[in-house]
Amino acid sequence: MRLSALLLLLLAAALPARAEEVVLGLSKDQVRISTDFSGSEILIYGAVKREGPIIEDPPLEVIIAVAGPSRPLTVRRKDRRFGIWVNTAFADVDAAPTFYAVATSGPWADVITDTEDLRHRISIPRAIRAVGSGVDEPGIFTDALIRVREDQGIYQLNESAVELTESTLFETAIEMPANLTEGAYAARIFLTRAGGVVAEYDTTIEVRKVGLERWLFTLSRQQPLIYGLMSLAIAIAAGWGASAGFRMLRNQ
Amino acid sequence: MQIYLPIAEVSVNALLLLSLGLLVGILSGMFGVGGGFMMTPLLFFVGIPPAVAVATQANQIVASSFSALLAHLRRRTVDLRMGTVLLVGGLFGSAVGIVIFNYLKSLGQVDLLVNLCYVVFLGIIGALMFVESLRALRKSRSGAKASRRKHTTIQKLPLKMRFRISGLYISVIPPILVGFFVGVLSAIMGVGGGFIMVPAMIYLLGMPTKVVIGTSLFQIIFVAGFTAILHATTNYTVDVVLALLLLIGGVIGAQFGTIIGSRMKAEQLRILLAGMVLVVCGKLALDLLIRPDELYSVGPAGQS
Repeated sequence: MRLSALLLLLLAAALPARAEEVVLGLSKDQVRISTDFSGSEILIYGAVKREGPIIEDPPLEVIIAVAGPSRPLTVRRKDRRFGIWVNTAFADVDAAPTFYAVATSGPWADVITDTEDLRHRISIPRAIRAVGSGVDEPGIFTDALIRVREDQGIYQLNESAVELTESTLFETAIEMPANLTEGAYAARIFLTRAGGVVAEYDTTIEVRKVGLERWLFTLSRQQPLIYGLMSLAIAIAAGWGASAGFRMLRNQ
Repeated sequence: MQIYLPIAEVSVNALLLLSLGLLVGILSGMFGVGGGFMMTPLLFFVGIPPAVAVATQANQIVASSFSALLAHLRRRTVDLRMGTVLLVGGLFGSAVGIVIFNYLKSLGQVDLLVNLCYVVFLGIIGALMFVESLRALRKSRSGAKASRRKHTTIQKLPLKMRFRISGLYISVIPPILVGFFVGVLSAIMGVGGGFIMVPAMIYLLGMPTKVVIGTSLFQIIFVAGFTAILHATTNYTVDVVLALLLLIGGVIGAQFGTIIGSRMKAEQLRILLAGMVLVVCGKLALDLLIRPDELYSVGPAGQS
């Protein structure tokens, strides 16, 4: 991996560029969900290409954010009514990523200012667009959403998880859980100095089902009746098979 | 051994699912219940999304019930005539039930209603069966022969039919009504309805316990099959890989369950089923009464 990063660095030297620029590599640009899929780890590594000498102060920092496809969702709160716990208040969130991981090369406060975060929507609360309906304080519901999903490992903030060498080579590993949603995952890499973004680089990681998983999923959406009948046929056949098998065992 | 489920979109342990299927299959064969009322909460616990769990277990119930039904057919403990009469009522009932379900969904709070339905019905049925079978067990121990069931107004209704295997000569109206009522409830609660059907056949229709189980299985297969197709075509939530794992365990369990069931006394069977129903009821009631750890829940949009 170090070697490929070095190669990238050499490659970077051959390209015309701005003051500081990202040259990126991914351990894989496609995550294939097959039957034995149980989560994936993606190594994101790259190099900073620059014209002049390395500026030591303020130091260079790196932020890497990976976001899954966004979906609208509803957050509900339970309250006690007549002695039992019932869903009462709720808030609709217009778009929340199905997966979101942020890794930084240092403590959050040191790598980016609030204004820059607001502009680029990098931190977890900023990446979620929350528009409340039916409640007074949508902020509480957004916080709850982040808390629930952080507990599930779907939203991650990994401070100081990006390893930055000589202000030039960087790498981090993003842990992706097993319950991934299919789609294009946007990976964004930001270079910052004194909290301000100096360079940005975007790429996508394709997450898709393959083989049997792909076939079954497509069939269930496009030919639901055939899919349903097939499931029933399998059920009946299995039931009959087990019954016949047991009778044979008993007769012996 | 982790396996990825294409529709549920989660990765779960295959062995865990196999043993879940086995456990519920044994219950199915022993008691003639589909086991949906136990399978659904167990699948939630494993981390399967609720919509997928409800739809898929209907498919799995078809498999284990079919396996158990074949065993009962060989033993001649299925009253096909009674089963068909119940089924006619049942299909009408589930059609009406789906209408009611959609109406409640438009009002919101359908989850709460389903939970309350479970607690109330499981509680009443479990308690009644427990008390009755305890009394029967005590009576049979003391040597006295269990008395024949009383013949009440049910006997006076028209359209009488002879159900030879059940040893009954009664009007078809009560069985159709029972089937209809169970159909309505099973559509709302998303289960085969065996746990309501079995006691209804024993106590309301006066059928012998041994025949009740096979007959209930016969009826469940059709109701569950109907439900599974409906879910697959409207909500796309039947996961065939999940169903396959559950039913491999289920069909084997059902065969064992039938063997265990045939070696036990009817009263013992009933008291065990009652105990099981009460445990599930208690668990669901606690969930409603105890303050949850996380007050907030996240779900797909548009289902309030």
